[in-house]
Amino acid sequence: MAADPIHQFRIVDLFPVAHIGHTEIIFTNSAAFMFAAVIVITAFLVIGTAKKSLVPGRLQSAAELSYEFVATTVRSTAGSEGMRFFPFVFTLFMFILTVNFIGLVPFTFTVTSHIIVTAALAITVFLTVLLYGLYRHGLHFFNLFVPKGVPILILPLIVFIEVLSFVSRPISHSVRLFANMLAGHITLQVFAGFIILMGSAMGAVGWAGGILPFGMIVILMALETLVAFLQAYVFAILTCIYLNDAIHPGH
Amino acid sequence: MAEQHNTSTGHAPAGEHKGAFPPFQSETYASQLVWLVLAFVLLFVLMSKWALPRVGNILDARQKRIDGDIAEAGALKAQSDEAVAAYEKALADARANAQAIANETRDKQAAAAEARRKTLEDDLNAKLAEAEKTIAATKTAAMSNVRGIAEDATRAIVERLIGTAPSDKAVADAVADALKR
Repeated sequence: MAADPIHQFRIVDLFPVAHIGHTEIIFTNSAAFMFAAVIVITAFLVIGTAKKSLVPGRLQSAAELSYEFVATTVRSTAGSEGMRFFPFVFTLFMFILTVNFIGLVPFTFTVTSHIIVTAALAITVFLTVLLYGLYRHGLHFFNLFVPKGVPILILPLIVFIEVLSFVSRPISHSVRLFANMLAGHITLQVFAGFIILMGSAMGAVGWAGGILPFGMIVILMALETLVAFLQAYVFAILTCIYLNDAIHPGH
Repeated sequence: MAEQHNTSTGHAPAGEHKGAFPPFQSETYASQLVWLVLAFVLLFVLMSKWALPRVGNILDARQKRIDGDIAEAGALKAQSDEAVAAYEKALADARANAQAIANETRDKQAAAAEARRKTLEDDLNAKLAEAEKTIAATKTAAMSNVRGIAEDATRAIVERLIGTAPSDKAVADAVADALKR
């Protein structure tokens, strides 16, 4: 049943690796695509910079572009102090971007369509912000929740809202990416399923009519390519904004 | 918890995993997390220790090269400005020099002309004076001749009138008397 839109998100066990307690650690298709992304990113950057030419070629231009794109994002959002987190943000951005793009290829698996993956990434960011903020500013970090110039009467309410918004960050951060990837891929699969459905139900007329959902797929594919990039960018820039809070907690 | 979730399209799934929506199958979480941590840490190390420094070095080298080239261009420009200034100074000097020479020559020529004019004038003045002297002498001579002629004429007139010649002394006195008037 290739028409099942959920089929593509299945975790397929490839081979078991270890047992921790009674939990089995299995190398799955998801893990394979994660490492594929690691290899693709590393190859892209290392092969791209192999020649170290002063006037860059195409691949080197792309490698430099990705570097400067993330560096500019970090510097403009979190300031030059935020550049110490540049490798972290770069790794996040490239990892998400690459698994998103790989997931667009038919019959592949989208790592970021699993909430556990995006949640783990978002919690990593959250903990990084929290721990670095405390390490850097001590308890002054909690000034983040106390905006200046707020009347004392409504201050408890404001602090409550600030804390709530801070704590809910990893949720919105992870669900945004997860839901976007999931919904996009389901939509693509549903339209693809229409072609099969029409073809098998109406014969030649159905196959000819399949041109309509197919056109839709082409359009959606372009949209999903944009979404794949945009969500990686949004994840990275939100990370920068949160890190900026850790670096400069006084609003 | 995952078993309650069904597919969003609502029809029964046909996967091997007994109908649960794959992203909510919690039994896959441990495996996914382990590999995610491994892959992410590996990627982070590869990026921060290897790939990013490589790209960063290239960009730094280019920036340095550009800065160096700009500095060099600035130095060369300063040099050429200096050369232009030196050239303009030389030109001004040469012009001033030429002016000085021209002025000197003109002054010298004017002085020489003045001197020549002066000697010529002196010469002419001397000649004039001499000529005036000659004229005066001639005039004196002429005046003395007039007396002689007047005496002769007087004598002749008196002789004609009275028939006898008067004495020279009387004539000379008369003429002198008449000339004095």
